[in-house]
Amino acid sequence: MTTSAARPATPAPTAATAVAIAAVDKVFNVGKPNQVEALLGIDLSIATGEFVSLIGPSGCGKSTLLRLVADLTDPTAGSVVVNGKPAAQARRDRDYGMAFQHAGLFDWRTVVRNVELPLELEGWSKARRREQAIKMLELVKLADFAEHRPFELSGGMQQRVAIARALSFEPSLLLMDEPFGALDEMTREHMQTELLRICAQTATTVVFVTHSIPEAVYLSDRVVVMSPRPGRVAEVITVKLGHRDDDIREASVFYDAITAVRDALRGIERGSPRGVDDR
Amino acid sequence: MSLLARFVRRLLLIAATLLVLGGLWTGYKAMGQATGDQWPLTNRDLPVQTDNETMPPAIDIVTRFFQDEGSASSTMLLTTLIGNCLFTLREAAVGFAAGFVIGMGLAIVMLRWRLAERGLLPYVIASQTVPLIALVPVIVAWGSQIDLGFMTWEPWMSVALVATYLTFFPVAVNGLRGLQSPSRQSIELMESYAAPWRVTLVKLRLPSSLPYLVPALRLAAAASIVGAIVGEISAGVRGGLGRAILDSAIYYLSDPPRLYACVLTAAFLGLTFVSLVGLVDTFTAKRRPPEVPA
Repeated sequence: MTTSAARPATPAPTAATAVAIAAVDKVFNVGKPNQVEALLGIDLSIATGEFVSLIGPSGCGKSTLLRLVADLTDPTAGSVVVNGKPAAQARRDRDYGMAFQHAGLFDWRTVVRNVELPLELEGWSKARRREQAIKMLELVKLADFAEHRPFELSGGMQQRVAIARALSFEPSLLLMDEPFGALDEMTREHMQTELLRICAQTATTVVFVTHSIPEAVYLSDRVVVMSPRPGRVAEVITVKLGHRDDDIREASVFYDAITAVRDALRGIERGSPRGVDDR
Repeated sequence: MSLLARFVRRLLLIAATLLVLGGLWTGYKAMGQATGDQWPLTNRDLPVQTDNETMPPAIDIVTRFFQDEGSASSTMLLTTLIGNCLFTLREAAVGFAAGFVIGMGLAIVMLRWRLAERGLLPYVIASQTVPLIALVPVIVAWGSQIDLGFMTWEPWMSVALVATYLTFFPVAVNGLRGLQSPSRQSIELMESYAAPWRVTLVKLRLPSSLPYLVPALRLAAAASIVGAIVGEISAGVRGGLGRAILDSAIYYLSDPPRLYACVLTAAFLGLTFVSLVGLVDTFTAKRRPPEVPA
């Protein structure tokens, strides 16, 4: 296996650490016949302002890892610290925004009122949240569609609204679970460029789950390659692309990084052939 | 389209349907009169005879509305029937409203506590297998003993309870389905905002349940009218359509058109109430997730 070289040491949380995951295990259905070890011994530290992608084959627990950071599920062992506090506290403090594969907009609300939803829950005044929501829609270039209904928008536009909603209360951390997975390739590339622009503008830390190698490489400062059954961090690849634009997608440095991620993913397959249990 | 325009359009549609039915009625009767109640060119009898006692002429039924109610009264039948309609509508509407509140309350309780769903739902379903005709005397007997202190329990309220009984069931069952309809992702979105259960209910689950409730409410509206009429007959309450139908049935042999006039009025009242309730749909029409069949 190629895991040893790039495996990070357990990080010491500092002020510049947005997410610190230490020795996390996640087991589903503990003690039952259908017990599944989803994650085993995960150590991962994400610096403030960093863009980190989680990639790996289906069933490697990358979505579960993201949900642990979001405190939508609890770790069986280990600790998840977000912005220097336990994940549960971070969720209560609304330290992060979340975007899913499906935009999941509420059809009974106009676009702008969808973006206002988290602000409503935070108890902002009507005027103030409208102003903020419009500002966020301008950020994703959809201010003209504020009064439209979600179903009148294309899939890519809906996903941009979902991002505006996730960012509306200006969280320092954005958690994204395959947000562009349902989009066509051209829209997808456009959305990636837009996301980088928005994150640069708002200085947001991003944890991004994806199936796509080019997507992970294009977006990320670091790509975390995960292995399945049980999910582990197999390798962490630092991507140094410099300035990202559409030209970079044609550059050799981009292809080199893609090759590195692909090799790491293939290494997982070679490293744990069928029938061999390395637990 | 404005609310009023939609409502008027529905009424016109009902009127057109009645015209067509009247035409069919008249045509069938004319055919039967010409062939001696047999299918043309055959010896086979028609399923329904066409004499004036079985099938009074359509025009007689229509004109019956504008004649005296009965030999002992000089009030126009239409005037009496309108009064009967309002009486029955009050029972149905009050019962319907109470049934809606109870049904939604049950749905929310069953949503909140899985145990309640498992414990209550079978009884909610079983409640609807009790024949209405057996239930009404019980409700009336209980109703006569209810002492609310601040108001007297009137007989029509017992009849309203029948409408409640018929309404709460579709509302509870479809309401629960609607409340449970949001995707896991939407629920997790609310969780990620650390939204309390009550807030998720109001901001996500209740709006999601509306498309499920609209067909249930239509169903319940029709059932409320039928329940009120049956309840009146069974409870012997005077003043409503149920009583009017019962009286007309007694005098059927001497005055057939009167019963048909009453039945038509009951059907019209049912359609009107369903249309009124259907106006709720106007508020949900601009939302996309289409209605889910009941």
